[in-house]
Amino acid sequence: MIPAKFSYVRPESLDEAVQALDGAGEDTKVLAGGQSLLPLLRLRLAYPEAIVDLTRLGELRGVRDEGGHLWIGSGTTHHELIRDPLVRQHAGLLAQTAATVADPAVRHRGTLGGSLAHADPAADLPATVLTLDGELVVRGPGGERTIPASSFFVDYLTSVLRPAEILTGIRIPKTWGGWNFHYEKFCRTAQSWAIVGVAAAVRRSDGAVAEARLGLTNMGSTPLRAQAVEAAVQSSAPGSHDALRAAAASADDGTSPPSDLHGQADYRRHLVRVLTARALITASRL
Amino acid sequence: MTTAPEVGRDRRRKEDARLITGRTNWTDNIQLPGMLYVAFLRSPMAHARIRNVDVSGVLGQDGVVAAYTGADLAAEQGSLPCAWPVTEDIVIPDHPPMAVDEVRYVGEAVACVVATDRYVAADMLELIEIDYEPLPPVLDMEAALAEGASLVHSDKGTNASFTWPFSAGDVDAAFGDDAVVVSRRYVQQRLIPAAMEPRSVVVAPEGDGYTMWSATQIPHVLRLMLAMVTGIAEHQLRVVAPDVGGGFGSKLQVTAEEVITLLLAKRLRKPVKWTEGRTEGIQTTHHGRDQIQKVALAADRDGRFRGLKIELLADMGAYLMLVTPGVPLLGAFMFPAIYKFDAYSFTCTGVFTTKMPTDAYRGAGRPEATYAIERLVDEMAVELRMDPMELRRRNWIKHEEFPYTTIATLTYDTGNYEAATEKALQLFGYDKLRAEQADRRERGDAVQLGIGISTFTEMCGLAPSRILGQLAYGAGGWESASVRMLPTGKVEVVTGSSAHGQGHETAWSQIAADQLGVPFEDVTVLHGDTRVSPKGMDTYGSRSLAVGGTALVQACDRVVDKAKRIAAHMLEASEEDIEFEGGTFRVRGTPEPATTIQEVALATFAAHDLPEGVEASLDSDATFDPENFSYPHGTHLCAAEVDTETGMVKLRSYVAVDDVGVVINPLIVEGQVHGGLAQGIAQALYEEAVYDSEGNLLTSTLADYLIPSAADLPEFVTDRTETPSTTNPLGVKGVGEAGTIASTPAVVNAVVDAIRQFGVNDVPMPCSPEHVWRAIQEAGGEPATTLGRGPGR
Ligand SMILES: Cc1cc2nc3c(=O)[nH]c(=O)nc-3n(C[C@H](O)[C@H](O)[C@H](O)COP(=O)(O)OP(=O)(O)OC[C@H]3O[C@@H](n4cnc5c(N)ncnc54)[C@H](O)[C@@H]3O)c2cc1C
Repeated sequence: MIPAKFSYVRPESLDEAVQALDGAGEDTKVLAGGQSLLPLLRLRLAYPEAIVDLTRLGELRGVRDEGGHLWIGSGTTHHELIRDPLVRQHAGLLAQTAATVADPAVRHRGTLGGSLAHADPAADLPATVLTLDGELVVRGPGGERTIPASSFFVDYLTSVLRPAEILTGIRIPKTWGGWNFHYEKFCRTAQSWAIVGVAAAVRRSDGAVAEARLGLTNMGSTPLRAQAVEAAVQSSAPGSHDALRAAAASADDGTSPPSDLHGQADYRRHLVRVLTARALITASRL
Repeated sequence: MTTAPEVGRDRRRKEDARLITGRTNWTDNIQLPGMLYVAFLRSPMAHARIRNVDVSGVLGQDGVVAAYTGADLAAEQGSLPCAWPVTEDIVIPDHPPMAVDEVRYVGEAVACVVATDRYVAADMLELIEIDYEPLPPVLDMEAALAEGASLVHSDKGTNASFTWPFSAGDVDAAFGDDAVVVSRRYVQQRLIPAAMEPRSVVVAPEGDGYTMWSATQIPHVLRLMLAMVTGIAEHQLRVVAPDVGGGFGSKLQVTAEEVITLLLAKRLRKPVKWTEGRTEGIQTTHHGRDQIQKVALAADRDGRFRGLKIELLADMGAYLMLVTPGVPLLGAFMFPAIYKFDAYSFTCTGVFTTKMPTDAYRGAGRPEATYAIERLVDEMAVELRMDPMELRRRNWIKHEEFPYTTIATLTYDTGNYEAATEKALQLFGYDKLRAEQADRRERGDAVQLGIGISTFTEMCGLAPSRILGQLAYGAGGWESASVRMLPTGKVEVVTGSSAHGQGHETAWSQIAADQLGVPFEDVTVLHGDTRVSPKGMDTYGSRSLAVGGTALVQACDRVVDKAKRIAAHMLEASEEDIEFEGGTFRVRGTPEPATTIQEVALATFAAHDLPEGVEASLDSDATFDPENFSYPHGTHLCAAEVDTETGMVKLRSYVAVDDVGVVINPLIVEGQVHGGLAQGIAQALYEEAVYDSEGNLLTSTLADYLIPSAADLPEFVTDRTETPSTTNPLGVKGVGEAGTIASTPAVVNAVVDAIRQFGVNDVPMPCSPEHVWRAIQEAGGEPATTLGRGPGR
């Protein structure tokens, strides 16, 4: 990799990192796992003047049970998400989704926080955090704020994070007790990005699906919720595969999928209907 | 001492420990005192006139040593060579290593910066100013040949480089009114070789001459060509191919970067290094395939093949590189494959476009041919309502008919298609899978099953020099070997072929061990350095073993002949009475007295008592020029599951029964087959270089150019039959390309077979989910009323 020149600091504490960023503009970038930032540097698509490396910050690591929610440090790697007992217990969808990301090398370095902050609609974890009604905790020069995932993503590679803000942790409500999950990722090779992905959380009652939450990967400029399908499930309480398929038929409502090398928009619209049906069926265990 | 023969043994590769751990001499690992680094500024335009290039902003910057434009080097940079002018009237445009007046593909070098640090060199490129006057890109081969098309090389008056025809038999009669004819148009998509090790070159001035280390497959050819291009005398150039991490043909080239790096070392009198980045490599290491094939097969109603017509357009890209125009010709002879025809016609037109030049890529011409014929045979089977295997059986050359001269004038020495097919069918469970296929169709399952066959052959062991001459290739096809017996009886084998991942060091050791009766461990194999192995034709076209291995056998024979005279003298017997076995010379019929080859080596070195007129050396050289090609063949069977709702293809099983003749090392053969299959399957399902309408390469990272990994491939079932070649004493045929050549049509045949009931008779490669899904849609197939019935992950 031959990136353009940049200066580099590696703070030892969160306060130090916030200080380092204070007043810094767009030209300063924080570095977590580097699995999205480094490719940009390599291709000279990003020219940061300074890089603030977060990898030494203990405050961004670990998973804690904080009573009403689970707190997951933004520096938690994909690999750690797959293994963590608390994540598996309370937010199994995250572990399942993380397991579909890239390859072991990427999963050992890439972080949950980096994946959310990068705000790539083709990334898998953002749709899942959105599905689980996660909240993002952010520290900046002005202090801390908490942003619901539903208002975090703004556009392609754009979130509400301000340049001097650090994403410190992700809160997942501990309300997923009776739910079942499935992440349905559609990609051409085992290591490639999702053409379309569907994150599904399903709650059953009386042999039918009472509620569903669905997040969509790569169906627009941000991760999306398939609200029409969620509503259809709510109103029809599907109790069979056919009924779930029927509910999934509106999965592309309100989406604006891209057309690129890996799929034209009309194909993605078709795919999301098929994959949503499959995700619902698998998660429903019907 | 008689030990089990080495040939046929599963020896682990000697070279792997250093290759796998990376603790080796990759070109980019080479560091020399005072070394400078060059970076190239590359054209962002597919086609443009260069109005002005200004490097003045770079000069004088910290760390910058020099900066040059194409014009600065115009007087000395010459033109990159094309060694295969396939016709007398071929159009070969000038190919300056750095563009001078015009750029003709995105990525073409236009200027370079030399600095004391590779980061500085890269940064400085952004300070070079270039004024381009855009010219129309030429991207579509058929449009490029139309009247009034924009020209890639305006001074040539045409975008056609050459047209090469071949014809045998009465084609019109074969395609007469009573024939069943199947005609198709197939597209061989453009592919990117993507060897694991990027290209890299280091040049150091040494005395009056230069040493070049390059990640190349062809150190010998490269030295000769560099001398011709730059005018630097051949004896003042040493070219070293250190350990090279794969090539697949992409390093069978004389590149702009090699020439310029050499010229820079010459100008600056300092060692200079260049190593490509992955994206740079994807854009500017030659590409492969890229043909439009109009093909037609004629048969009798009962399935007997009559004639074959092939019309190709082959994309040359912007220039002709080392063997660019020859690649489709290597295929010209292989379209008839294993089948008997009354008549055959072939024509190929090479077309210039404003894209990266194409050139040899694993299989070079033969995968294209095999694909077309094996796809066509399947289509004919449908037309005739016959089982595709039965149709093949009716038409292939029977084992008792060898040697057989095909309609394309090649004489296949040996082969046994029946045996390979029988074995493959058994391993595959053909009948059972056909039953499952019928059942899934019956049920209207969302996941359909298809079976694909490829009964392929190829020509390798490149090549008889005589034939290369007839085909206007610029060099011969021989190979050399030398054997040096050291005083202690250890052996140095020198080969002119140049391994870059094939395992020569192991296989050559096995051959020498058997021939000389020495332990495997006592042999070391030297290659890839024009100073160590001065003569060679290098490695490509599955030639190393069939040609270079034979040269080694001959050199070993000569060592034994010399040693025999000395042994006779030592044993006080006449030479005719000496027999040699397992490394020991003895008088025929008696166990004693005896002497070993090691003892003879020491006695020869001491030279105290040699027979009259015998020189004090056992060392021998040999050069072998084959009489004929060799013709590996095999039967590959693929079962593919197609998810008709998404178009996703999953390979369920893959059986490859290959006949590569005598096997020196089964483990290496297995590895070659596995890697080959992966690459051929990659063409069928995953890989495609895509240019946009402006001529930008969209697939310029490995996130967009999809290379499959082990996780995407089924567990291969491989087996062999062994019909020795009779064109070389080892009986070997070559295995470097077989898997790649065979597998692409096997997979696509399986995909098409799975969805034929929807009315589909082709899916354009790669058979991506979207292509498959669209093929079903376009055929009017609506496979499922409610979607989502197929499997999840
Ligand atoms: C070969 C390859 C394949 C991949 N495939 C997939 C895939 O299939 N699915 C998928 O989802 N992802 C994939 N990825 C991306 C991967 O998951 C990344 O790890 C992730 O997107 C970014 O996480 P990171 O920790 O590496 O972030 P970095 O690359 O370090 O940073 C990414 C961006 O986020 C910012 N950032 C990082 N951390 C913070 C923070 N705490 N606060 C504020 N800003 C921050 C950085 O400044 C930068 O702009 C792939 C990556 C590679 C290299």
